[in-house]
Amino acid sequence: MKLVPVLSAHWDEKDSFTIQAYTRHDGYKASQKALAMEPDALIQLVKDSGLRGRGGAGFPTGMKWGFIPQGDNKEHYLVVNADESEPGTCKDTPLMMANPHVLIEGCIIAAHAIRAKTAFIYIRGELTHVVRRVNQAIEDAYKAGHLGKGIEIILHVGAGAYICGEETALLDSLEGFRGQPRLRPPFPAIAGLYGMPTVVNNVESIASVPAIVLHGAEWYQSMGTEKSKGTTMYSLSGHVKNPGQFEAPLGITLRELLELAGGVREGHRLKFWTPGGSSTPIFTDAHLDIPLDYEGVAAAGSMLGTKALQIFDETTSIIRAVLRWTEFYKHESCGKCTPCREGTWWLVQILRDLDAGVGTEEDLNKLLDICDNIAGRSFCALADGAVAPIISSLKYFRQEYLDQLANKGPLFDPDESTLFAPAKVGA
Amino acid sequence: MAYSIDELARMDSIIKRYPRSRSAIMPLLHYVQSLAGYVNNEGIELIAQLLSLEAAEVSAVASFYTQYKRTPVGEYHVGVCTNTLCAVMGGDAIFAGLKEHLGVENDGVTSDGKVSLEHIECNAACDYAPVVMANWEFYDNQTVQSAKDLVDSMRTANPIPPTRGPDTLVTWKEASAVLAGINDGKAHEGIQAGAPTLLGLKISKEEKR
Repeated sequence: MKLVPVLSAHWDEKDSFTIQAYTRHDGYKASQKALAMEPDALIQLVKDSGLRGRGGAGFPTGMKWGFIPQGDNKEHYLVVNADESEPGTCKDTPLMMANPHVLIEGCIIAAHAIRAKTAFIYIRGELTHVVRRVNQAIEDAYKAGHLGKGIEIILHVGAGAYICGEETALLDSLEGFRGQPRLRPPFPAIAGLYGMPTVVNNVESIASVPAIVLHGAEWYQSMGTEKSKGTTMYSLSGHVKNPGQFEAPLGITLRELLELAGGVREGHRLKFWTPGGSSTPIFTDAHLDIPLDYEGVAAAGSMLGTKALQIFDETTSIIRAVLRWTEFYKHESCGKCTPCREGTWWLVQILRDLDAGVGTEEDLNKLLDICDNIAGRSFCALADGAVAPIISSLKYFRQEYLDQLANKGPLFDPDESTLFAPAKVGA
Repeated sequence: MAYSIDELARMDSIIKRYPRSRSAIMPLLHYVQSLAGYVNNEGIELIAQLLSLEAAEVSAVASFYTQYKRTPVGEYHVGVCTNTLCAVMGGDAIFAGLKEHLGVENDGVTSDGKVSLEHIECNAACDYAPVVMANWEFYDNQTVQSAKDLVDSMRTANPIPPTRGPDTLVTWKEASAVLAGINDGKAHEGIQAGAPTLLGLKISKEEKR
């Protein structure tokens, strides 16, 4: 069986977001069990399960919890990063829409494990209905007595800033400042929110915890690959026949996922794709059989990231795609670090020209030179993400850049790429 | 603009949510936006006063985040995703179509004050591309025509409901109040998930049969 719905198991029930539906499916049994356990035993359980962060970096969740100093007489905080904004990423949003209670139960368990009394859920602001669902779920969890007896949850709504998905920028934002990343060390585990020990976890990571507590580390370990355990949400979007969410054990390949999604859209073929959002170097049709786990994708020169598989077919201009992503990074650069703030601006200028077919081959080298001066030279990973599409597109599609220059104009008709383009006859 | 006792009490309750008062800046900004339709100077000054900050400090936060508007937007604020995936899937055509149809540029507001238009970044609904947001509610799988129909419906005061959202589209001010953390009682409205969200689950159930 390729697909194993755990997180998504009951999303097809009409009232799946209510506390009644959640309770019907063993909801809040895991937290009951966890609250009766020693915090250290819980941390060990999550370590044993092999759960790794689902927000992009893949850091072992139990180990992160274990970094929180114990017996230090300080307030500890749990912060859930629900600022889902990485281009292509669309997994936490439907999760919170369909089952906010699993996130709340995960918070209760995680807070108990790290000896925190307060958990924050930081949701991006451009999701009015998700905010409603999570807010209502928190209210209902208080009414049912799951919250308010030692553990509080505070909902915090963002206001449109990609950078707040970076954990230290998120903490600054939560403290009421502009969301700008902090220099590390100290890491949040030592000095996080309000300078106190803090765990920042992604929505999917926290939502995975109740099932682990209920069914055990061994059960979770039994799914996935050697170092990437469990199931996860893979999100297919773009030029596929049936885009959507696919929950599968880690290690499934794009070839298998495409088969489930009905293939690339009718009459077209795969050109390039992102394995985990726009900040992960692109892949091509040569990478269809790479196991989509943390190690497999890294070995092939990219990152599993958020498992946001954006699929583009042969009608898509690589230059247009990269330009748009670069404009995004330029817009979302917080401005703190000069290489990122200024560098992304210059990248956009050059790419706009290239997209119009203006420039010389020397501009391609200039792009790479600027990228070299941005990546690794800023406080946070936005800078590294910004250069990923450029460097990887030049690795696989340098000839297309040159062809566009020779053509002195765009090689592709954008109308052919759209969802509402007429079907290709006879293809 | 003077604030009522109720409004001041509401703001006080927002501040009390947090262990430290400064954390309340963002929900307070959403809240003043829900009253005036944008973050006006009175709102900035009041927040500064409530949190014992300088107005410049509050203003510095407000100007960092794109959702806080320092000038009035429409009753329905429409965002067209033009990040790479949605742009390629038709977002560029939709945005161009709406600009022409409404006679406004990016960040423009129609003269009747009903609709404002903005091109937005990825809104976490890529499996429903191309995506249009209105007051930050989802309108999935849009076309140039459906987006035009949507803004027309707003201008005739009977907006088409969101694809995945409440039964009716709330106004910009009402949505801003929700973002300030105020429960409008509509969480139970609308579907729990759209078809793409459920696709993997559906296939796995068919496999089992």
